Amino acid sequence: MSTETQTIEALATQEYSAGFVTDIESETLPRGLSEEIVRTISAKKDEPQWLLEWRLKAYRHWLTMEEPHWLNAHYPHLNYQDIIYYSAPKPKEKLASLDEVDPKLLETYNKLGISIDEQKILANVAVDLVFDSVSVTTTFKAKLNEMGIIFCSFSEAVREHGDLVKQYLGSVVPYSDNYFATLNSAVFSDGSFVYIPKGVRCPMELSTYFRINTQDSGQFERTLIIADDDAYVSYLEGCTAPKFDTNQLHAAVVELVALERAQIKYSTVQNWYPGDKEGVGGIYNFVTKRGAARGESSKISWTQVETGSAITWKYPSVLMIGDNSIGEFYSVAVTNNAQKADTGTKMIHLGKNTRSTIVSKGISAGQGHNSYRGLVKVMKGAENARNFSQCDSLLIGNRCGAHTFPYIEVRNPSAKVEHEASTSKVGEDQIFYCNARGIGTEDAVSMIVNGFCKEVFRELPMEFAVEAQKLLGISLEGSVG
Amino acid sequence: MLLEIKDLHANIEGKEILRGINLTVNPGEIHAIMGPNGSGKSTLAAILAGRKEYEITQGEILFEGKDLLDLEPEERAGEGLFLAFQYPIEIPGVNTQIFLRAAVNAVRKYRGQEDLDAMQFLKLVKEKTKIVELSDQLLKRSVNEGFSGGEKKRAEIFQMAMLDPKLSILDETDSGLDIDALKIVANGVNALKSPEKSTVVITHYQRLLDYIVPDFVHVLYQGRIIQSGGKELALELERAGYDPIKAQFAEAV
Repeated sequence: MSTETQTIEALATQEYSAGFVTDIESETLPRGLSEEIVRTISAKKDEPQWLLEWRLKAYRHWLTMEEPHWLNAHYPHLNYQDIIYYSAPKPKEKLASLDEVDPKLLETYNKLGISIDEQKILANVAVDLVFDSVSVTTTFKAKLNEMGIIFCSFSEAVREHGDLVKQYLGSVVPYSDNYFATLNSAVFSDGSFVYIPKGVRCPMELSTYFRINTQDSGQFERTLIIADDDAYVSYLEGCTAPKFDTNQLHAAVVELVALERAQIKYSTVQNWYPGDKEGVGGIYNFVTKRGAARGESSKISWTQVETGSAITWKYPSVLMIGDNSIGEFYSVAVTNNAQKADTGTKMIHLGKNTRSTIVSKGISAGQGHNSYRGLVKVMKGAENARNFSQCDSLLIGNRCGAHTFPYIEVRNPSAKVEHEASTSKVGEDQIFYCNARGIGTEDAVSMIVNGFCKEVFRELPMEFAVEAQKLLGISLEGSVG
Repeated sequence: MLLEIKDLHANIEGKEILRGINLTVNPGEIHAIMGPNGSGKSTLAAILAGRKEYEITQGEILFEGKDLLDLEPEERAGEGLFLAFQYPIEIPGVNTQIFLRAAVNAVRKYRGQEDLDAMQFLKLVKEKTKIVELSDQLLKRSVNEGFSGGEKKRAEIFQMAMLDPKLSILDETDSGLDIDALKIVANGVNALKSPEKSTVVITHYQRLLDYIVPDFVHVLYQGRIIQSGGKELALELERAGYDPIKAQFAEAV
């Protein structure tokens, strides 16, 4: 047993210290994890008993688990006693003006075409919002309210819509699911909650971006989206601008539930800090994302563009439970410099006539290593299940790598499963050809890479797709010598 | 003078390919560079366009008086130099039209001109596709991907028309073309001819020169221009082959 685990157990088994709870008024809890910390987080949020118990179950289960290391990348054992699990509001140092912001960050913002005001918000500069984000948010919320759509922070959902949360929390990703999901279940601080009532088609893309007040929900985020019968929602995760977060570990959980004929489209553009060229610093993005297409003819679609993080390790998955339900996964993962990605999906066919599509595009540059890992599983009762998987890898330069690990498990003979894979290289000839037509090398690479990714970008909402293209260009800058 | 090559020597991987090329191209002129395989014709084209694998050991190239070797390939395109590739490169996933628009606007930007908007661009495309009888359908596909040999070459001439260069270098554009395709390509080149624009046609055979009539013909052999003349030189080469000229050259050195 590692010393860390021993420490955790020692803390876990120690007597409940009554004095500790009086600390409740302070903004930030001390570093480290213990049952008291879990209780305190829950108490600070005025959570109902059932949720506290759920957290505690998760915490106790977590103590019995081992930190996993089976991914195709290396990370050191993390010190869970060195993490601050709760601080509200997150005490980031406010900067007085943009002059104090890292010029490299500003350069990136400018390239993305982000307005000065938005830049200030992103870079955490104290500012009176010139464009009134509060009123934007309220108008937006009022409209959704009218339609019965619930879109709020997770904490608010626990307070205001406790029954819904109780019914669905952990129903797709149980608290015992995996090491990081279990940790998240114990200590999650906040996140987003969406409920679309029966028959309602959400008229706008829902995005955390509109909830500026709660966007800093930290490293243990929890998202729960429920689309009731015949409902539709498109949800965008994250802001496309890079945030230089100093947190090492991001262990979020996303659960999606689609009921009868409901559709959920979930898009992510992730651009966390990737660390420097040598791979120092950077975020471990270890996230559990799973959707349950429970209803008949329901559909869940994941689209992700992963350009950031030192290590990206996640498999947004779909359980196709309802007959005729559909699961989709469209992914672009970029690794440049020392970045690593081990990502893919799990498509689990349970219902009859279920269909899944996987389109994965891995781009490796610098010394980046990109692994696609995917599971297609057809269970016994899944008559006529269909899967089509396409995994393409693009290499830029000679020091990067691409790896593909497809797993296929079929228990029903009527299933049809197709897998296609390709690996190609951005050739110097291609770049020279573009150059000879007046197109500079960086634009050429960006054009070639965007061409490679277009099947995935097509799935993104319009503005997101444009930003994703720009981001891709930025994250591959300097990758061709 | 549009292009002036002075005593150009170039190596690749330590092997000397060009051994002192001298060539002057004035505005409005068409020059043909002929020669047997391995004489350095394509190397010369590649160096003019800006390929980096070659080491220039001696000499210089001036383009409208500017040191061409000092410019990046994309800057050369901006200055008005165009290379029609012998083997046009396929770029899967990149739509031809998007590629061309990026190219046209990059070159326009370099020349201090405004970007073309979508409508203006389409108008230009329509106008220029006629010159090489290129189907719109090809423009919807990825750059050169799955194009036949003839389609690739026509697409090159179409790109040339779109980019409006001062100097066009056609590197073995006739190779792999049947006579009909050859005529279409040649007609395209002729349609773009003007008193300001010059063309360097690199070819192994005289055939293309029936359709693109050169003002000057140069014979490149072992990295040097060993003979220059008018269009009749091409006919002579066609008749007698390269052997007599090679023999002459062997005696001279």
